Amino acid sequence: MTADAWIGGIIARARRPVAVLAIALASGCATNGADPRDPVEGFNRAMYSFNETFDESIGKPVATAYRDALPSFVRTGVRNFFSNIDDLFIGVNNLLQGKIIDATTDAARLTFNSIFGLFGLVDIASSIGWEKHNEDFGQTFGRWGAPDGPYLVWPFLGSSTLRDSVGGLLDVKFDPVRNHRPVDVRNAMYLTRAVGRRADLLDASRVLEEAALDKYVFQRDAHLQRRRSLIHDGNPPRDDRSSDGTRAPRVELAPDPAPAPVIVQTPPRAEAAPGPSVGPAIENAPQRVGVTYEPRPRQDYDAILAAAKAANDAEDAERSSPAR
Amino acid sequence: MAHAQETAPDVLVKNVTLEVMDIVRKDKDIQAGDRRKIIDLVETKVLPHFDFSGMTGLALGPNWPKANAEQKKQLTFEFRTLLVRTYASALAAYRDQKFEFRPLRLKSTDTDVTVQVRVMQSGAQPISIDYGMEKTSAGWKVYDVIVGGVSLVANYRTEFGNQVRDSGIDGLIKSIAAKNKSNAALAPAEKK
Repeated sequence: MTADAWIGGIIARARRPVAVLAIALASGCATNGADPRDPVEGFNRAMYSFNETFDESIGKPVATAYRDALPSFVRTGVRNFFSNIDDLFIGVNNLLQGKIIDATTDAARLTFNSIFGLFGLVDIASSIGWEKHNEDFGQTFGRWGAPDGPYLVWPFLGSSTLRDSVGGLLDVKFDPVRNHRPVDVRNAMYLTRAVGRRADLLDASRVLEEAALDKYVFQRDAHLQRRRSLIHDGNPPRDDRSSDGTRAPRVELAPDPAPAPVIVQTPPRAEAAPGPSVGPAIENAPQRVGVTYEPRPRQDYDAILAAAKAANDAEDAERSSPAR
Repeated sequence: MAHAQETAPDVLVKNVTLEVMDIVRKDKDIQAGDRRKIIDLVETKVLPHFDFSGMTGLALGPNWPKANAEQKKQLTFEFRTLLVRTYASALAAYRDQKFEFRPLRLKSTDTDVTVQVRVMQSGAQPISIDYGMEKTSAGWKVYDVIVGGVSLVANYRTEFGNQVRDSGIDGLIKSIAAKNKSNAALAPAEKK
């Protein structure tokens, strides 16, 4: 197949998602936004369904073809190549976050993989224990204390937040691929990188497909949890009352005095103020999101687990018979 | 200070993971995408170490106490089925990844621990898989799986909460059951 025919096919296929986008935008904005982290849920859902359609008709088929056509070592090479380029600004962001040792590792990785890893095609640094990091400007802002802000879904780019979108602009600005010339080489690199990334997510997206009752909600919550974890390099602070890693003393199932963590309980529809405008929501975002967003609500695990346990004691006893 | 009779949680996770991965690597049917076999494997090797009523209770959150005994039973059953399939699906995606098991400094008084496992991969940050585990009379049981910082249990809370709000506990049971049904129908097509 010639390149022209291929691109022609892409454009033909793109008509469908564009039509869906128009319909989704026209109809989607009426959804209720009960979740304070997601004040523009209607817009986001419209974008989400656009992205889904695009992915179904173009993204996934192209990524699958890429995966099936190329042997694993080539795909790994592509991943490593772009990963190596990324290490430059991962290092910069680690530096901005004051993580000198991590930044040093990133610089060492970049140098080492570029020289001995055939321009980054082989990730030798990882195999000698210089671990890859995951950083970007959004995480740096988060580290500096910027709250998530409203959850946002962008066409083609997918899940983000207001803070991460601002960070993303900087990521794009400094992206070495973007600044590569000539332009057609750059564009080919863009395309390869995007396809490779999508291909790496094929398995994950299948799992998501099977796991989620409402994919939009499931993906949103997973994204927010993931970002929080990344900002804290895998160790997000817990609200446990004890500091030594043991669980806080078991408490009776008391009604939560603080604003209930959103992830636990969405306020009933009736409570949603009629037509909350975007303006005040964003204005309020710093406190509200900071307070309500708690993806690992360990503290109420205690009470809930105790309740669950009490209710299921009989069942547990039954299952404990083949104890080892 | 009784000496623990049961296997320490980190040892348990390591043993089970290595055993299961070994089977996955050697079994040609699983390699070829035989879903039923992976599900059987998860059922027999992995599931006995999960506390499903606990997990379901955590995922339901404040709605759990509102369910009656029969509803709790059904919820646990359906959620279990959903997780088995999800887990099997995730497992099927693993090939030759290397695992790093973080040893746990376990005190004899500990009843709730997080066991950390990391999946190493080329050109990307390792994926962390943390198991929230609790000591029970039947040994250590997993009550949450946290993949890349995403808690499975926490992630179901909003979904379940929305469903209960819209259509009650029975609505939620129905909706998980429907999901399980459509997942089961998917299985033959997955085979490739």
